[in-house]
Amino acid sequence: MRVSLFITCYNDTLFPETGKAVVRVLERLGHTVEFPSGQTCCGQMHWNTGYQAEALPLVARFVEQFRNAEAVVVPSSSCVAMMRDHYPKMAAELKDERLMAEVEALLPRVFEFSEFLTKRLGLEDVGAYYPHRVTYHASCHGLRNLELGDGPMRLLRAVRGIELVPLEGLEQCCGFGGTFAVKNADVSSAMLAEKTTAVLNTDAEACTACDNSCLMHIQGGLHRQRTGVKTVHLAEILAGDEVGR
Amino acid sequence: MSGVLDPRTSPPFPIVAKTMLGDSQLRKNVRHATDVIQTKRARVVGEMPDWQALREAGRQIRSHTMENLDFYLEELERNCTRAGGVVHWARDAEEARQIVVALVKESGSDEVIKIKSMTTEEIHLNPALEAAGIHPYETDLAELIIQLGEDWPSHIVVPALHKNRQQIREIFQKKMNLPELGERPQDLADAARMFLREKFLRVKTGLSGANFLIAETGGVCIIESEGNGRMCLTLPETLITVAGIDKVLPRYQDLEVVLQLVPRSATGERMNPYNSIWTGVNAKDGPRNFHVVLMDNARTEILADEEARQTLNCVRCGACQNACPVYRQTGGHAYGSVYAGPIGAILTPQLQEMHHAQSLPYASSLCGACYEVCPVKINIPEVLIHLRNKVVEQKGVSAEALAMKMMGMVFMSERRFRAAQRMGRMAEVPLVRKDGQGVGWIGWLPGMLGGWTQVRDLQEMPKETFRDWWEKRGKDGK
Ligand code: SF4
Repeated sequence: MRVSLFITCYNDTLFPETGKAVVRVLERLGHTVEFPSGQTCCGQMHWNTGYQAEALPLVARFVEQFRNAEAVVVPSSSCVAMMRDHYPKMAAELKDERLMAEVEALLPRVFEFSEFLTKRLGLEDVGAYYPHRVTYHASCHGLRNLELGDGPMRLLRAVRGIELVPLEGLEQCCGFGGTFAVKNADVSSAMLAEKTTAVLNTDAEACTACDNSCLMHIQGGLHRQRTGVKTVHLAEILAGDEVGR
Repeated sequence: MSGVLDPRTSPPFPIVAKTMLGDSQLRKNVRHATDVIQTKRARVVGEMPDWQALREAGRQIRSHTMENLDFYLEELERNCTRAGGVVHWARDAEEARQIVVALVKESGSDEVIKIKSMTTEEIHLNPALEAAGIHPYETDLAELIIQLGEDWPSHIVVPALHKNRQQIREIFQKKMNLPELGERPQDLADAARMFLREKFLRVKTGLSGANFLIAETGGVCIIESEGNGRMCLTLPETLITVAGIDKVLPRYQDLEVVLQLVPRSATGERMNPYNSIWTGVNAKDGPRNFHVVLMDNARTEILADEEARQTLNCVRCGACQNACPVYRQTGGHAYGSVYAGPIGAILTPQLQEMHHAQSLPYASSLCGACYEVCPVKINIPEVLIHLRNKVVEQKGVSAEALAMKMMGMVFMSERRFRAAQRMGRMAEVPLVRKDGQGVGWIGWLPGMLGGWTQVRDLQEMPKETFRDWWEKRGKDGK
């Protein structure tokens, strides 16, 4: 299949390894990968903080980049949730009927990375090898908006060499919430403290998730506490293979 | 505590939240109580095979009612009047208070026994009664604790959720003059019973809220766990009910749906121990005079806002509060309003002048746990975002708005986006410190961003963006 990547602004800027891992997994599975270079941001930060006017034009921009895609793969659950939950309404707000139709036609072809593997390709074993003790955090948008369910866990269970340890309070928000982490820093910190405690209680070497925004926040807390526990995007675990090591 | 829960004067959420986060006893109490309720709720919801269908039915009933509210309110008034009730209309809190005070005086009493009611809390009725020389007695156990403790409710179903048994005992010892009071739940319940029984038998005027108003019959429905409400509904000569106009249900039959949804969501019970429905007056039984005060208090404005209208569907079960990770950290008082948690975060800024809106719609990580548990499927995150947009539009120019505008422009052009990525890498250089492994970390950020580095480090930006890597890869033919 011809897969178009939407890497998202913060993955592009801050977590390029995640994008590279997505490329590696998809190519290893025999797909052709494209990266439309005009892509930037889905508009989530603006939209969720109340800056609707700034977010609206990004809908058309996204459609422009991906209208001909066979499938769009996004390694970020919150960005996919943003598009699925809000793009149709945003296009309607712009009173642009053509855009509305295009959004409607495009969205069923947009997938979060793990969702693409499990639901679109029907895969669980993607031939990965990752000999580490890992715990999985279910990001809120993946869990509730995208209803990823145990999809990511099934992918992880099929990874060779991995030791999976369950995270207590799996469905609890980590406290990131975009600008929430800054606007309500104290509450966000208190929520993070619970999450990092849960991660440390697992004795895992790494905590993984389908969203680098949660991971950046969790990693920030773990590093401040000098714990040595790493965070790693699910794609990077699935990209690991025995040949590469 | 007094004064804090007035949304017109309460400090912004992050400020009060910070104080609350320092109260470890309160946080322990809130955590424990919400854990217990959530576990019970999960169990009784889990045993319902048609729970999602029931939620959808609840949502439809409530949405249909809101879309035809004027019709159902008129029907309610007609049927209530026909049954011997008297209907009063109050535009706002002030008017509602005046009507109630006048009605109590008319009843010839300078005391009232009260059923737990968030609506009367919303309009600060007790202080108004006291100012008019009328003593209100709360009869719900939790409300009694709040009243005697000179405190404010912190949860819409369990108002004294932030207090533990020991603290309650101390309040009772002091205020009921019972220095020898034991500490078993039974001892506390007995003390409250003795204290209240005398009031039930003496006071001739009762005051209630309403869980639901039934348009088809003109009836009022109250559901409760303790039976105190039933005493207040049957013993007094005069009964006054204060209800928001959003409490209407079209048909008697609709109770079938909501009376399954509410108790399971609220307290994890299959049904409420006491379900009371009364319609007007009856010569043989119950109060001789019945009044219902239908209060608007900004509800028609919420109704007019298509995107926020679903706020009015709320059946006040409190499930969203128990599920909310923010509420669970801070407890209810941080919200500066008797409506706390997710529902408070959307309801309060709309009920009051937008004063409190500056902070409440932002008091959420948008995790969606509230939406997931809401028995009538109110999409609280969606309403929060809608209200945030209103705040942004009202606030106009600010440092944040400028930054957001600039970022918005950056995202509209690939060239500008790449330039911003490069600039970010340059700007962070003075802030980066290398750790033992040679990885760069930022432990301090200036200004607005300082909240981030309060407890978190930020890894330095990688030298190469994904798109740079992708382009190079293309050139090298991999
Ligand atoms: S918003 Fe929903 S969950 Fe929250 S109190 Fe109202 S009905 Fe219950």
